[in-house]
Amino acid sequence: MNATIWQRLDQIGRSLAPAAVTLMLVLLGMVPLCLPGWDKVAPSTALMSVYYWSIHRPDLLPPSAAFGIGLLQDLLAGTPPGMTALVLVSCHLVVETQRAFFLANAFLILWLGFGFMAFGAALLQGLLYSVFYQTLVPMQIPLVQAAVTLVLFPLFASLFISVHRAFLKEI
Amino acid sequence: MARLTALKALIQRFSFLLLLMASVALMMLSRMDPAFVEHARARVMDGFVPIQEAISRPAATAARVVEVFVDIAEVYKENKQLRQENARLLQWKQAALRLDAENGSLRSLLHYRPEPKTSFISARVIAAPGGAFLRDIVVTAGRREGVHRGQAAVAGAGMVGRVVEVGEWSSRVLLITDINARVPVVLDTSRQRAVLAGDNSDQPRLIYLPLDAPVSVGDRVVTSGDGGLFPAGLPIGVVSFVGDHNIVKVQPMVDMGRLEHVQLINFGLPGGLAGEAERLTSLK
Repeated sequence: MNATIWQRLDQIGRSLAPAAVTLMLVLLGMVPLCLPGWDKVAPSTALMSVYYWSIHRPDLLPPSAAFGIGLLQDLLAGTPPGMTALVLVSCHLVVETQRAFFLANAFLILWLGFGFMAFGAALLQGLLYSVFYQTLVPMQIPLVQAAVTLVLFPLFASLFISVHRAFLKEI
Repeated sequence: MARLTALKALIQRFSFLLLLMASVALMMLSRMDPAFVEHARARVMDGFVPIQEAISRPAATAARVVEVFVDIAEVYKENKQLRQENARLLQWKQAALRLDAENGSLRSLLHYRPEPKTSFISARVIAAPGGAFLRDIVVTAGRREGVHRGQAAVAGAGMVGRVVEVGEWSSRVLLITDINARVPVVLDTSRQRAVLAGDNSDQPRLIYLPLDAPVSVGDRVVTSGDGGLFPAGLPIGVVSFVGDHNIVKVQPMVDMGRLEHVQLINFGLPGGLAGEAERLTSLK
C-alpha cells in the first residue's frame, strides 16, 4: 500500500458517504414543509438508508453508525433517547441475517423486504413508546407513515444507488 | 497485540447485543434522570440550529409560493366571505367597546388587582422533528432571549403548546396535540373545568369532565390558568365532537401543520407548578 495522503483522504471521504447521506436525510426529514398533515407521516428516511446500506455496504455503515444516527435523531426529535437507535440497530441485525438472499434477488424482492421492515419498525417503536410512557399509543399515524415510507422507498433507493455508483465503485 | 485483536473480535461478535443494551440503558437513564437527558438534548439542539435554520428557509419560501397560488384561486370567494364577516365584526366592535368601558368603570369601583403584565418573545419555527409518535416543534429563541421552561406558545388565534426544553438559542415546544400534553382548560360559556389531553391526532380530547356536564359542539375552550402553568383565558379551540361515554374532541384554533412563527408568552407569574418545575430542574 503506497497510497499518498491525498489518496487516503479521498478514500476516507468516500467511505463516509453512506453515513453522510443518512445524516443529511435525517436533517432534511425534519424540515417543516407546511403541507397539511405531512410532518406526521413524513417517511422515516433513516430506516430506508440503514436498510439499503446494511445490505450493500455494511462495512461502511456498521451497526454502531446506525446506533449513532438513531441516537442523534432521538435527541433532535424529542423521542426518548435510545428508542430510534434501538429500532435502527434491530433493522441492521435483521438485514444482516438475510443479506445474501437480498443481494441475490431483484429490486422487487428488496422492496418487499423493506415493506416488512417498515411495518415491523413502526410496530416495534409503537411498543417501545407504549411501554416507556405506560399508555397505549394510537397506531394509525405510525402505520400510515410506514406505508408512505414503503411507497417512497424506490425514490430514495435510486438516490442511494447513484451515491453508491458515484463514490463507492472502487472501494 | 494478539490479545487486542481477540478483544476486537469479541466486541465485533457481540456488537449488536452491546448496542441494543446501550439503547435500553439510555432509555432507562432518561427515565431516571430526565434533567441530565434534557440538558444533553438542549446542547445537541443548539448545535444543529444553524443547519436546520438554513435548510428550513427554502422550504418556507416554497410553501409560501404554493400558498400564493392557492390564494389567487380562492380570492373571489374569500373576499365575499370577508365582507360579510367584516359587517358582522363591526357590530361586535361596538358591543366590545361598550363592554370595555363598562368593565373599566366597574373595575375602578371594585379595586380590582389587574393581572401581571405579559410580554412576548417571537420565534421562527425551524423544525417539526417529531415524526409519527411525537408532536413538537423547534423554535429559534432560547435562554438568551429570556425563554423559560413552561411558557405557553401562541400562534395567530390560539395557543399551540408549551416550552419543554430550553437551549442557549433554541427551544422545543410540545404541541397540545401530543400524547403527553395536558392543559387545564375551561369551557367559555358553561365555565366547566376540564383537562385537554392530546392523543397524537389533530383533535385533542377533553378529559375529567363530569358525566352530566353541559357540552355542545361549538363551545369555546380556553386555558383556565389552574396550576399557574399558563395565563388564564388563552383561546385554544372549539368543541368539534361530542360522543357517547363523555368523548369530547376539540378542534384547535391553529393548524399545527402550518406553523411558521410562534410567540412565547412570559406572563410574569413564576409561581405555581411551572415555577416548581423550574426550581426542581435548576436544583439538579
